[in-house]
Parts: sequence; C-alpha cells; structure tokens
Amino acid sequence: MATTDTFPAPEAEAAGHAPLLDVDDLQVEFRTRDGVAKAVNGVSFSLDEGETLAILGESGSGKSVTALAVMGILDSPPGFVTGGAVRFRGQDLLSLPEDERRAYRGRNIAMVFQDALSALNPVFPVGWQIGEMFRVHEGMSKKDARVRVIELMERVRIPAARERIDDYPHQFSGGMRQRIMIAMSIALDPDVLIADEPTTALDVTVQAQIMELLRDLQRERKMGLILITHDLGVVADVADRISVMYAGRIMEKAVVGEIYARPSHPYTKGLLESIPRVDLKGQDLSAIQGLPPSLTRIPPGCEFNPRCPYAQDICREKRPALLEVVPGRFSACHFAQEVLDGSI
Amino acid sequence: MAASETIGEVVLDVQDLVKHFPLTTGIVFRKHVGDVKAVDGVSFQLHRGETLGIVGESGCGKSTLAKLLMMLETPTSGSAHFKGQDIFGVQGKARRTLRRNIQIIFQDPYSSLNPRMTVGDIIGEPYDIHPEVAPRRDRRRRVEELLEVVGLNPEHINRYPHQFSGGQRQRIGIARGIALRPEIIICDEPVSALDVSVQAQVVNLLEKLQDEFGLSYIFIAHDLSVVRHISDRVAVMYLGRLAEIGTEAQIYESPAHPYTQALLSAVPVPDPSVRGQRKQIILAGDPPSPANPPSGCRFRTRCWKATEKCAMEVPELIVRPGVDHESACHYAAVREDVVVKH
Amino acid sequence: MTDPSALYPPAAAGADERIHPDSETALEAGTEGPPGAPQQADKPRSLTSDAWHDLRRNPIFIVSAVIIVVLVVMAAFPGVFTNKDPRFCDLNLSRQAPSADAWFGYDVQGCDVYARTIYGARASILVGLFTTIAVTIVGGLIGMIAGFYGGWIDSVLSRILEIFFGIPLLLGGVLVLASFPSNPGTPQLVTIGKVVIALTILAWTSLARIMRSTVIQVKHADYVSAARALGGGAPRILRSHVLPNAVAPVIVYATIVLGIFIGVEATLSFLGIGLQPPVISWGVAINDASTYIRQSPHMLLFPGALLTITVLAFIMLGDAVRDAFDPRLR
Repeated sequence: MATTDTFPAPEAEAAGHAPLLDVDDLQVEFRTRDGVAKAVNGVSFSLDEGETLAILGESGSGKSVTALAVMGILDSPPGFVTGGAVRFRGQDLLSLPEDERRAYRGRNIAMVFQDALSALNPVFPVGWQIGEMFRVHEGMSKKDARVRVIELMERVRIPAARERIDDYPHQFSGGMRQRIMIAMSIALDPDVLIADEPTTALDVTVQAQIMELLRDLQRERKMGLILITHDLGVVADVADRISVMYAGRIMEKAVVGEIYARPSHPYTKGLLESIPRVDLKGQDLSAIQGLPPSLTRIPPGCEFNPRCPYAQDICREKRPALLEVVPGRFSACHFAQEVLDGSI
Repeated sequence: MAASETIGEVVLDVQDLVKHFPLTTGIVFRKHVGDVKAVDGVSFQLHRGETLGIVGESGCGKSTLAKLLMMLETPTSGSAHFKGQDIFGVQGKARRTLRRNIQIIFQDPYSSLNPRMTVGDIIGEPYDIHPEVAPRRDRRRRVEELLEVVGLNPEHINRYPHQFSGGQRQRIGIARGIALRPEIIICDEPVSALDVSVQAQVVNLLEKLQDEFGLSYIFIAHDLSVVRHISDRVAVMYLGRLAEIGTEAQIYESPAHPYTQALLSAVPVPDPSVRGQRKQIILAGDPPSPANPPSGCRFRTRCWKATEKCAMEVPELIVRPGVDHESACHYAAVREDVVVKH
Repeated sequence: MTDPSALYPPAAAGADERIHPDSETALEAGTEGPPGAPQQADKPRSLTSDAWHDLRRNPIFIVSAVIIVVLVVMAAFPGVFTNKDPRFCDLNLSRQAPSADAWFGYDVQGCDVYARTIYGARASILVGLFTTIAVTIVGGLIGMIAGFYGGWIDSVLSRILEIFFGIPLLLGGVLVLASFPSNPGTPQLVTIGKVVIALTILAWTSLARIMRSTVIQVKHADYVSAARALGGGAPRILRSHVLPNAVAPVIVYATIVLGIFIGVEATLSFLGIGLQPPVISWGVAINDASTYIRQSPHMLLFPGALLTITVLAFIMLGDAVRDAFDPRLR
C-alpha cells in the first residue's frame, strides 16, 4: 500500500508531472501559555491546474492554519512552521527568504478570507485597495490601475462598478464585499486560489452566487482552487477531491463522488450521518459524541479514538498512518477497509 | 414524533405584527426622515407541542420578530395573544408573570452567558426573579436537575462559562430557558454558531426536551436542513413579511413562492451524485434595504415572474388556487424542479 | 477596550482554530470525554482568579505592589521609618547637607528632610486615595446611568460631562482652591478635604466616560437581553450583569489615576494652593525646597524622588492590572 507521506504525492505521480501545488508533510506548532499545540501534524496534499480540492474540517482541525502556512502569513509567534515543504511548481516556498516568498504571494498563490469586512481596510476606498495589487506588484500608474480595477469589478459582477469604485467597504453588502475580495485575489491571475470559508458568513442565496462566480473564474483562468470549509453541502457541489482533517491531520482523502456514498473513516462517516436528512426526519440525528481534543493534549494513538464508536485497543496505542485503502482512496484508520465495506 | 399526535390548541396568535425603527438625522434636534421596516405585517399561529420554523436570510427581520415575541421590543402596531392574553397589553408585575411562559435561547453561546456568573447562578437566576416558582431551599436541587436534563454534569454547578465549550454553553442557555417551565421557547439560531458534529447533539436535546416537557418552539434559523429536520410547520420570511407558510413537507417539496424556490435551489445538498439534477435559480443582486422596500410585493425586484400588478398590489398570505398552503404571491405556482427528491 | 464577554473569542463553526485548551477540557455527563486530555479545569475558575493568577507572576506587578505596600506602611506608621520628629526644627541647622545624622540633610527651616518626607507620605497618599475613591464613585455612577439609559438622559449627562471635561484640571484646581483659602489654623483634615473635593469636581469626567462606553458595550450583550427576557428589572440588571462586566477598565484606570492625583496634589501644594504648612506633604516640601534648588539640591531630592517613585508605582500597577484583565493579551 502506498503511503502519501512522501514526495511527490501519488495523485500527481499518476498524472505524470509535478503538481501545481504540492504540500508535503507540513508541520505547524503554536506555542501557547499552556503548552505547545500541534495545529498541523503532517499534512500532505497536492493540487493540479483547474482542479478543486476541498479541505473539510471543523474548528480546531487545523485547516485554516494549513492555509495560512501555505500562504506564509501565519502569525509567528505564536505559530511556527516546524517541518515539511510547500512546493509551487517544484519550488519549495518554505526554504525561500521572505522577500522572495512575497513575490509568490498574490501573484501565484492568492487567498480569499471568510470575513470580508475585517479583511478589507475600512479607511480606503475599494478601488484603491484592489488597485494596490497592480500598483505594487506590476508598477502600474494610478490611471492604468484604475482601468484594470473597473474591469475586474465588472468581471466579478459588482453592479455600477464605475460609480462605486470609490466607495468604502462598509457601503457594500456582505456578498458584494466578498466579490471585492475575490477581485483582489484574482487581479494578478494567480495559479492557485485558496478560499478559506468564503461563504460561511453569507446567506444561502448569496452563497450560491459566490460559489458560481468562483467556479466560473476557475474554469476561465484554469486556476487550482483549494476550498476550505466545514460545509459538506458546498463541498458536494463544487469539489473534485476532498481531504478531511481532524486534530491537525488528514484522516481521509478521496474523490468527492465516492466519499459521500462510502466513507472509509469513522469521522467522515460520523459527519455524514449527523447531517439532517429528509428520510430520517423524526428520528434523532446521529451525533458524534464528545468533543474535539485540545491540540496541546492530543490523545495517544489515533486522535479520533475517544469519540470513535469502533475504537479498539490498537486505536488507543498506535497512530494509524494515512494509507491507501483501495486505489485512489486514503484513510488513516486501522479499520478503514471495514468502514468502507460497511462491515463494522 | 408525528406531527398530528401531540399538536393541540393555539398557544400563540400573532396578528399583523409591525415594527418600524425610526431613522433620524441631527444630533441635538432629531428629524424623522424615514423608517427601517424591519417587521412589516407578520401573522401566524403556533400550536401546542409544535415547532414552527422561520427561515429567512439576513435583513428579513426574523431577529426583530424574535425580540418582539420576547417582549424585548414594543411593536409599532399589531398584536400577539398568548392563550387569549394580549402580551403587549400588560405591564409591570403581570408582564413579569407572563414572561414565565415565553422564553428564548440565543444564537451566540459566547455572549449569551454572563462571564462573571457561575453556571449555577445563571441557571438559577430565573428562580431569583420569580421566587414563586421555586422555594429558596429547593433551588440548588432544581438547578442540578436542569444540568442533568441538558446532559451536563451537575457537579460543575460552580464553574464559569469560559470553562465550557460552545456546545456545552448552549446547553446551559437551554437549561436557563426551560427553568421556569415555559410553554413557548423562541430559539433564535440556536445551532448556527456550533460545529456540525455539535449541532446534531443540541438539536437532539431540543427535540427530547420538547417531548418531555410539551414545549412549543419557534425555531428561527437560516440553515434550511436543520429547520426542516426539527420543524412541523415552516414559514419563509423576506424583508419583513412572510412569503409562504405551510407544513414542512409542503414547503420543502412543493414550494409555491418564487423566493422559497430560489432559496431551496440555492441550498447545497451534501450528495455529489445529484449534481446537475436540480434547477439552479441564481437571484440577481442584493436584497433591497428594509429602509426602502419596494412597493407592492417586496420580492418583485429580484423575481422572474414580476409584473405591474406586483408593483401595485401587495399580495396577501392566503391559500391560492393550485397550492395547498398559504403563500404571498400573485402568481404562486408549485415548482418541484428545485428540490431533490430522495 | 476590554470586553470581558469576549475573553475567549467565539469560534464560529469552522471559522477559528480553537487553540485555547481551557474550553475543551470540561467533560459532559453521559458522554465520554477524551481520556488523553487530563482534566485541568477541575476547580471553578472565575475571570478574576484567572487575572490574579497572571498578576502574581508579573514582575512589574510584584515590584509596584511591594513599593505601594511600603508606602502605605510609611503613611500609616511613619514612626517605623524614622524616630525623628519632623516638626522639630532648629534654624541653626538650616540647609545643611546630608550627614550621618540626617541622611538627607536639613531644609530651610532646619527640619530633617528625611523625617518630613516620611511623615509627608500620609497626606499625599490620603489625598490621592480619597480623590480616587470619590472620582470613581461619582464618575462611575454618572457614567453608568448615562450609558445604560441612553436617550435624553445620556444627552444631558454627556453635555454636562463635556463642559466639565473642558476645564483644565490644574487651572480649575487653582481657581477653586484660591476661592476657598485655608489659613494655618485650619485642621489638616479640612485642608485635605478641600483638595479632594476640588479635584473630584474637576476630574470625575474621565472615569465617567470610561464607564459609560463600557456600559454601552455591555448592555447590548445577549446575556443582558436574557436577563430582561426573564423579567429582570433595571436594578438587578445593573447590579448583576452590567456593573461586574463594565467595571474592569474603570478599576484599571483608577489605579493609574491615583498616582496622577498624588502628583497633582504635589503641584497644587507647590503652587501654594493645595495643602499648606503646617500640613506636611511632598508638595509642600518641594515648594519649600524650590528656592534653593541650585545651592542645596538635597532638600529637593528626597521628596521629589519619593513622589516620582510613588506615581510610577501606581502607574505600573495599573498597567499590570490592565494587562491581566485584557483578554486580547492572553
């Protein structure tokens, strides 16, 4: 069985070329008053052009920290990248000095955050902020930048872009602000777009608009999209592949179509079962008991074992590696095959 | 729990509830320049033992509606009767007594509990305010019972809120809400701020309590799947008014109002095999501001069916031909291609 | 601005990595908790005890607390520090430099500088303390009412606040005290009282503002709405919900401002307006020493140094307390 903890990731190897983005055994620590929290504990995944990878997890799973580490904008202290590599077209970004690294940020890899209101600077007009991408990275004049900004705003479907270019962030609705952030992130035509919970703070109808926009842009520009979310519905709609994270590690990796029908990890299974379903109306929702562990005191063995309905002794003693269960499907569980078959 | 078995008489009768917030300019002498029409004519009935879900997006007025029903705001016009008693017509002691029957659970588990009070004090406060409900010496025992009922360890009675997780805090809020054995509980987005795996726990708890204590819920949320799971009847709210109201099956399987249809088509379904099966309705633009709502039907500016009639005549929430439940649209028609059949 | 209810920032579903361990360690009855996470939060821990726990480890707090304790003892029991009588003055010894007999020499009147400074601690500290208490109560009350009730009450009180705020403290103090002069026969407590009242009238505004803005923030919290929904009236809400959560920044500011008031008293006494002989205070001592700064600097040195150290100690204390209560620095 091939493990995925090696370079390059097997998915890309199969494709026969170096992936666009290859994260290899990433380790991130947070040094807090109460100890060292292993926020990201050996995470590996890869992304190709035009592909959408969903990183699914709840709070405390380490998904946002992973994104920040890939972008290189982790608050350090208290966070420190203590191991692993982040390869963009083969170049390890973690080994670069900061000023070289910065050249990649925004230009090759861009990020969209969850809360556009706090991600946008409230004292500058939105046109100025979007224009900054052109003025700073490409040395464009203010006039030229302005023209490009209007183009961009129209591309992300902000109505009356020409009139609104000098408005301030608070004058826009939540959905519009998110579009502004998307405009900023695609301004320099990045190859990889990381979207960290881009629609969690938005209404359902607005969410649909934004996800459709992202899908369009991705198709148009052949970007690789990493979608970080906790929403199983959004993932089902847009993602090609999915990695499920829990307590800083990837628990399961699969192509989206297969994981919903037949999960191979108890955590994924538990999540899927806890979603309200039409045909189960009137019955109790099947909830995962207990709470996620504190990242400073991760239980020995499998991180999920205290909450796992199938846990055995081996689960408490030995940490399961992320192994290939059937071709293309990876799971970090001693009983992955049984979960997959449904025999457990 | 089958809907028909335990649903009984009307416990809450809301008629044409309106709440306008005045907009003023000026610092010393304020000039009234308009109103934010947060709630603009809402009527419905709540039956004993039933869960009425109210769904709507931000700006629809559901939070204001919750505050009105909790008597935390006074309505501009309209009325609400709890078992025949006008809840806005009472003052002072009578109002305080009335509050024993309608309670609320808040959305944010981090700001709904006073960080400087112990959990025991928080849950026990209802008894301090209403000493007639429980004699003093009984209170500690009652609080411990409540902690057990909501699935917490009674020994933690002296802990402080920050020592609990989000889901546990929400349980504390629920314990506080049921302390006075109210008949109606307004749940204002009770699980929105919780993780998926914890949401299920809390939803199960709410259902268990409803069965055990015969509670009636008004469940306000924007997560349509959770609302569907817990509700018997559902009302859809848009810009201060109800667009549609019916049983959960009617709303989710045969939606008649265009907004409901757009809403349902936008809900992501956690099942990749149905990609492409549903008709996706993407609404254009943003909802209008409640300070300046469109004339006639509020939804007409984003509606694909809108005609001149929609601009001139406000559609009433009534049963219309071809639809088995009430809807507020001149051209209401059931559409099933926006929902996924299982 | 410290919002105690935001002590542990909310982790909206999927939005935040909850690195903070404390919220994870409490267990639920009836469900298994993670055995790998030992129960740390066994004892109930209020926010105040958390803050105290931090304070105890903060060197700035320890240093300033020690200094303040020494000063308080000095004020209460001056005899512990010196056995000389500060009022025993021998003109023959006027302006003598420090010696083994008198560590800081003698002042113009021939009084022992060291002894006078030690005895002067009491008046200076009492003025600072009483003023702070008065200002906290008056300012806090007005600020709380303005913030909680809002509307026209707030408008009126805020306008009054702004008027008082505009009066410069020192200038106003000089004017007020000059209008009610003391003569040497006035008892010490009356003189101190006048200074306290004068300063209170002028300085209540800053504390009122702080209280008002924290109350405005706190009153919108859900737990206040919950208390109203339960039928709680204004007195209960103010007492149990608003005040405990709004008071932290006020207390922090009060500790800082205590030092400032001691400094202001010294200034007023230096100008001859505040405390006057025969009351002994640091300001009085500095006043006396001012004419001969160049010839006999030792007369100024000790009271000046002690004044500076005291003010600094209170400011450091206030800083440490603020850091301990500030959730963002955790």
